[in-house]
Amino acid sequence: MEKVINWLDARFPLTASYKAHLSEYFAPKNFNFWYYFGSLALMVLVIQIVTGIFLTMNYKPDAQLAFGSVEYIMRDVPLGWLIRYTHSTGASAFFIVVYLHMFRGLIYGSFRQPRELIWIFGMLIYLVLMGEAFFGYLLPWGQMSYWGAQVIVNLFSAVPFVGDALSTLIRGDFVVSDATLNRFFALHVIAMPLVLVGLVAAHLVALHEVGSNNPDGVEIKKHKGENGHPLDGIPFHPYYTVKDILGVTVFLIVFTSILFFAPEMGGYFLEANNFVPADSLKTPQHIAPVWYFTPYYAILRAVPPLFGSQFPGVAAMGVSVMIFFALPWLDKSPVKSIRYRGPKFKIALALFVIAFLGLGFLGTQPPSPTYTLISRILSVVYFLFFLLMPWYTKHDSYKTEPERVTDK
Amino acid sequence: MKTNRMSFVKALLLLFFVLPGTAFASEESVKVDHAPININDNESLQRGARLFINYCLTCHSANYMRYSRLEDIGLTEAEIKDNLLFAADKPGDTMHVSMESKQAKAWFGAPPPDLTVITRSRGADWVYTYLRSFYRDDSRPTGWNNVVFDKVAMPHVLHELQGEMLPVYRNEKDEEGKDRQVIDHLALAKPGKMTPAEYDGAVADLVNYLYWMGEPSHGLRLHIGLIVVFFLAAFAVVAFYLKKEFWKDVH
Amino acid sequence: MSEMSVDGSKRRFLVAMSAAVGGVAAVGAATPFVMSMMPSARALAAGAPVEVDISKLEPGQIVTLEWRGKPVWVVHRTPEMLAMLTKHDDKLTDPNSDEDQQPAYCKNPTRAIRPEIFVGVGVCTHLGCSPNYRPDIAPADLGADWYGGFFCPCHGSRYDLASRVLKGSPAPKNMPVPPYKYLSDSKILVGEDQKA
Repeated sequence: MEKVINWLDARFPLTASYKAHLSEYFAPKNFNFWYYFGSLALMVLVIQIVTGIFLTMNYKPDAQLAFGSVEYIMRDVPLGWLIRYTHSTGASAFFIVVYLHMFRGLIYGSFRQPRELIWIFGMLIYLVLMGEAFFGYLLPWGQMSYWGAQVIVNLFSAVPFVGDALSTLIRGDFVVSDATLNRFFALHVIAMPLVLVGLVAAHLVALHEVGSNNPDGVEIKKHKGENGHPLDGIPFHPYYTVKDILGVTVFLIVFTSILFFAPEMGGYFLEANNFVPADSLKTPQHIAPVWYFTPYYAILRAVPPLFGSQFPGVAAMGVSVMIFFALPWLDKSPVKSIRYRGPKFKIALALFVIAFLGLGFLGTQPPSPTYTLISRILSVVYFLFFLLMPWYTKHDSYKTEPERVTDK
Repeated sequence: MKTNRMSFVKALLLLFFVLPGTAFASEESVKVDHAPININDNESLQRGARLFINYCLTCHSANYMRYSRLEDIGLTEAEIKDNLLFAADKPGDTMHVSMESKQAKAWFGAPPPDLTVITRSRGADWVYTYLRSFYRDDSRPTGWNNVVFDKVAMPHVLHELQGEMLPVYRNEKDEEGKDRQVIDHLALAKPGKMTPAEYDGAVADLVNYLYWMGEPSHGLRLHIGLIVVFFLAAFAVVAFYLKKEFWKDVH
Repeated sequence: MSEMSVDGSKRRFLVAMSAAVGGVAAVGAATPFVMSMMPSARALAAGAPVEVDISKLEPGQIVTLEWRGKPVWVVHRTPEMLAMLTKHDDKLTDPNSDEDQQPAYCKNPTRAIRPEIFVGVGVCTHLGCSPNYRPDIAPADLGADWYGGFFCPCHGSRYDLASRVLKGSPAPKNMPVPPYKYLSDSKILVGEDQKA
């Protein structure tokens, strides 16, 4: 065994990588509940890739056959339904886990210097994930797939001057059609996953270069012991591997409970209208994107058209996603973690969470005057959280950070 | 960190329990009756399958459903071959319909939808109510209308069983305060082969079958699900002690 | 840091336990993926038994039908053909059909239920081509010692009229006989065993 490893080590940094990323990667010892979601996101990615490969074995990216091939998987392929439900539940689980992971970054200042690049890679992952989900959502070729894609692609036609040409280019036709389905399939199964895996690798490499943040937001590398290891750090393996195994099992209990007992999740994970094959002549009464897009969709609808153009709404929606990229430079607080921040930040964050969840809910609802009004207020709150951040984080009170991490 | 955890739990609760209930509540304005579904009741499913094949399958297809799958609800291959296989040659065939969809469009104005997953899009309750809500309406080309699906193209195929229903109106004020007539309920005008209670039972069987057909793996799904969740719970216990043991080192 | 551990045996036990449970989980998780690669209900339906009517099959004629996507031959052998089958055992690789290439009820000199009606899967055991039916005796291209049989055009494997492979062919085994049964005198069901 040792010979084999020596042979390999002479040709490939096996032991070195194992040490660098697991057995001698020193992570702060005070990770709490919120620190499970990174490894969980990685696991969901693996689940999605594996189930996706097996779905591709039976799925047909053809407008005539796509809907039927999904039912074929659900009925005729042995345990095909299990693979399909895992993939559909996994899609939503991915976003739940990623949103919680991002929220963790927000409350403990994980996006702050020196981890700006980790945050940017993470945001890129999030963007690609949205693309991946959007392309994948067309594939079952149900009514919601079809009209959801139709609406979203049409957003691009709001771009001044080149809009119509742009949306036609994306679809490869004048409406969403077989050509669109086929290219979305290519993007969903090859292009996006490739980029995603690359970005995840970059995200992790950057993280392991700088080292993990922690709930206290203090740098453990400031205090090293005689052996050169951070005093508040513990090797990722075995300590965080065993902890993550626990996290994974608990997560899987929740995940499989949904998967086996409520795969439709009340119409949120699998929508009722998507059990009707796509019909280009008949729009369903009420269409909304899948839940993970609804906050942005609500912002889109909240912005009134300007000079007869939808562009401001589309632009606002775009900015509402992109603005996360600026976070490392908007936050002027001397401390990172919410534990040592003052009331201004806490109130702003609470309002932001309310706005995000509220917009998410409103995005699922059919528009009404009251809802539109609330959407507008919440959209303003959403943007003010970012735009006013330099001001309220600078003038906020704060407690002095401790030198070392605290117990729990 | 108590407060963070609490807010997270609340967010989860909101996500998982409040939202699904309200998701599409605003969509259905018509009140629907609760369909008595029981996918473990093979006798009901078999009666429903017979009704489906005799009455629905003449116009509607169930293109993704194989006859042989009926073995899952307790029918034997011989029974399927002898009693239910009118429109196909082999039990392994799917439930196609011989009527061309163009023809159908000419007759009904719209091609009858495939029914394989109809309860998954419409909901079992809606289908249950719909099949019990036909009434005579001579202004319609088919002579039939429906309370939950106004101006429906489909005639009342089951009328020989149910008989003929007529609407009973009541007056109601609209938003502008004017009187208008709305259907209060339906009353049996000409009895069919079944009593109203028998008819409700037959429709319940049919809808039960449609519901089962929408997802034949439903029963297996719940069964495997229990095993998996219990296994993972046991795994979690082991993982908990493993973590606890290793974390003794960390001070 | 494991040198700090208080109770090494407990730790080893828990690790072994977790590995065992995790192994079960891995096998469980792999199951649906492996299962999904098995033939689907559609493939099984397509592979369902096939009926063939032999009442119009003249002696010496062959009819080819499709069963599980493979060609299945039904040959009405003449008395002369049957007589020939017994005469060249020394030239055959497996004259007594000892290899398990046929149902038990066809492990006989004619490899058939009724000697005159031969049913066989027409797939060469060499590399899976479908041989040609060549009932003609001593044709120019096959040579003087050809008594009628099946000839594979891909690599020249030779079989007699009971699908038994001739020595010197690249094919290692006799071609298989599918399970089949007689529904009546004139009807055969290919794909289902006759009751013992």
